[in-house]
Amino acid sequence: MESMISVKGLTKAYASGFQALRNIDLDIHRGEIFALLGPNGAGKTTLINIICGIVRPTAGIILADGHDVVRDFRAARSRIGLVPQELSTDMFEKVRATVSFSRGLFGQPPDAARIEQVLRAVSLWDQRDAKIMTLSSGMKRRVMIAKALAHDPDILFLDEPTAGVDVELRRDMWAMVRGLRASGVTIILTTHYIEEAEEMADRVGVISKGEIILVEEKATLMRKLGKKQLRIQLLTPLSAIPTALARYPLELGGNGCELVYTFDTQGEGSGIAGLLRQLNDAGIGFRDLHSSESSLEDIFVSLVSARA
Amino acid sequence: MNLHAIRAIYGFELSRWFRTLGQSIISPVISTSLYFVVFGAAIGARMGSIDGVSYGAFIIPGLVMLNLLNESISNASFGIYMPKFSGTIYEVLSAPVSAAEVVLGYVGAAATKSVLLGLLILVTARLFVPYEIAHPLMMFGFLVLTAVTFSLFGFIIGIWADGFEKLQIIPLMIVTPLTFLGGSFYSISMLPPVWQTIALFNPVVYLISGFRWSFYGVADIGAGVSLAMILVFLSVCLAVVWWIFRTGYRLKS
Ligand SMILES: Nc1ncnc2c1ncn2[C@@H]1O[C@H](COP(=O)(O)OP(=O)(O)OP(=O)(O)O)[C@@H](O)[C@H]1O
Ligand SMILES: [Mg+2]
Repeated sequence: MESMISVKGLTKAYASGFQALRNIDLDIHRGEIFALLGPNGAGKTTLINIICGIVRPTAGIILADGHDVVRDFRAARSRIGLVPQELSTDMFEKVRATVSFSRGLFGQPPDAARIEQVLRAVSLWDQRDAKIMTLSSGMKRRVMIAKALAHDPDILFLDEPTAGVDVELRRDMWAMVRGLRASGVTIILTTHYIEEAEEMADRVGVISKGEIILVEEKATLMRKLGKKQLRIQLLTPLSAIPTALARYPLELGGNGCELVYTFDTQGEGSGIAGLLRQLNDAGIGFRDLHSSESSLEDIFVSLVSARA
Repeated sequence: MNLHAIRAIYGFELSRWFRTLGQSIISPVISTSLYFVVFGAAIGARMGSIDGVSYGAFIIPGLVMLNLLNESISNASFGIYMPKFSGTIYEVLSAPVSAAEVVLGYVGAAATKSVLLGLLILVTARLFVPYEIAHPLMMFGFLVLTAVTFSLFGFIIGIWADGFEKLQIIPLMIVTPLTFLGGSFYSISMLPPVWQTIALFNPVVYLISGFRWSFYGVADIGAGVSLAMILVFLSVCLAVVWWIFRTGYRLKS
């Protein structure tokens, strides 16, 4: 897999002495959507800001599309767009002017048609001549996305793009991000909404206390660490699990009215059929079956709490 | 060279200025007019001429310098302080621009504004007093050099300041007194000898003296010395700005 961003041995100690990143190695593949997950203060924003040139690394090397982000910053940065976590905009500017400004700042010649495209893509064309201070915060967020896209970057960083954004706008953003990916843009996003990562990401990285503790294909991760549960609603309560069923990892719940069977999604032959047959043989009747799969959120919580 | 970026920053800063054009132009015009009413007409009528120049005409170069210094510093310091304060500086920091390009955009815009303002004050002054400019090219050269130098100085203050008070304190506590004591309204040679020597430590004396020479061909200090002093101050400011970007001082953690 060709690497679009390559981080090697990245360490950051802030002036306060606080160690925000510890020896980070990370490769982002060309054209993927990479979700960076981690609790508050894990170092997500620090990592992104260092790659984008806003914070200085203490040690380590970063390449963006093969260009060193410090020594060859011009080539590296002109390929990168950033939507930062904080909403900061020039309140008195007008939408179209501020987006054109961004395009120029990133070294592109003025192009009114392109700016119109970008503004339409984020549904801000009708507000093109509005002062930014008159916009709602969801619209401001979109202004910032438009600014980040104005110079047609190949790499887009979205630092919590959907924080404080309503459901509809979030769906719009997801659609937009997918569209960008389809056009070949590499996207790195951080989020606290695990469903977002689950829905969007090709790969997931988990960062905790300044260390990357896991990077995995989302599908693989869910398969490897995901658990399935089968809940069996019994007709008559049991006081204990019958010895005939001892070889299954069963738990008795709901005052003896429910049998809970937990199994890894990895082992394909999960033995549900066998279990149901045994139940039948033991004369245990049931009225309902309910199966569920753990979400990325469960996986994430168990990963992070395991390290704590 | 990222010319598009320089143009973007420069244009952004000028349009910020045009949004408040009324107040940016009216207030210096009014204050200059007031100076002329008070110093030129009321007091000046009782003053003899200095170095063969009528008092009203004598104070014009000093008045322009006074405004030029204040405007350069406040424009440039505000221009870079605001994005730091509002957080929009992230975009400049993450853009493919070099320090030189950032400085050209911000300082260039601030200097442009104050040069235009200086010219406007000269035009306003003409309504009150007739005067001639002996060396127009040198006059313009002094105007531009001073505007650039003090815009750079303002830029440094804007980066150093981490609150609005700090933004105001240097202009208020240092620059304004130095300008008033720098011979805007009198010739240094009118001071007692001890104070004449002390005045030579005031950089503004050189600015005003050189500038006045370009008008009337007479000066407290040789024009060459004045020019050299401006260039020294310009170099110092450039060196500080260079250091700021090299270390990321107050810009990057
Ligand atoms: N300028 C700074 N000086 C000192 N410490 C800082 C600075 N910026 C961030 N930190 C610290 O570095 C750590 C990582 O911060 P960072 O903003 O990268 O976290 P994050 O993962 O983005 O968190 P969140 O999910 O809340 O956005 C935090 O403990 C934070 O307090
Ligand atoms: Mg963050």
